[in-house]
Amino acid sequence: MSLNIEKNKELTTVYLSGEIDHHSAKFIRNEIDSVVTSLAPRELALDFSAGTFMDSSGIGLVMGRYKLINSLGGKLYVKNVSPGTEKIMKLAGLDLLAKISSKEM
Amino acid sequence: MKPINEMRLTFPSRSANEGFARMAVSAFIAALDPTVDELSDIKTAVSEAVTNCVVHGYKEGIGKIYIHAAIYDGGRIRIKIRDRGCGIPDIKLARTPLYSSLGEERAGLGFAVMESFMDKVYVRSKVGVGTTVTLCKTLNLKDNC
Repeated sequence: MSLNIEKNKELTTVYLSGEIDHHSAKFIRNEIDSVVTSLAPRELALDFSAGTFMDSSGIGLVMGRYKLINSLGGKLYVKNVSPGTEKIMKLAGLDLLAKISSKEM
Repeated sequence: MKPINEMRLTFPSRSANEGFARMAVSAFIAALDPTVDELSDIKTAVSEAVTNCVVHGYKEGIGKIYIHAAIYDGGRIRIKIRDRGCGIPDIKLARTPLYSSLGEERAGLGFAVMESFMDKVYVRSKVGVGTTVTLCKTLNLKDNC
């Protein structure tokens, strides 16, 4: 698991890669939150294009980031999710909180 | 009924082992030549069950997690994931989507994910004794003849 954050006051993009589970979620959460709280971007995008696995811990992660960016008046985007990940996100109703776009094949 | 093949795993409830557990089960199932979707469903369900042992069963410390995976005729698989942790006082409540007894950013969807990705999910639990989750799924075997 590693992540790359493109910091921008307008749109900050987080590129997630590898496996997202309970074990890796804490690290990801801390990294994103320290950037988002200091920068308060207008839009936050979570890009899953390099993600290889996600379970419901990823849902908690997205929900938590939604709460944070929403409290700062910003918007959340979830990008490039795989079919498996999209299935879990829709099960959780995340499509009501953020615009979800699928991975381009 | 006797399984065609089976395996057992025991490992400590460290969160680093969540990835190991789902990879090990997925490697065991791979002999059946499952589809990418089937394998992904099983990996996710196992990950949820093992995470429950780590964050709920043994929330006070580290204990052992036991996995028994078995393959039966016709592509039927059964995976038992067991802990000797605190147990679940109210199984029905625990299985309710979005319910979580923990605050720390748990979505409360572990059982909902297991139920939607597997054919059957059985939960047996006793407070102070432990919890066993049994995941069942029949794979669509490809006709190789």
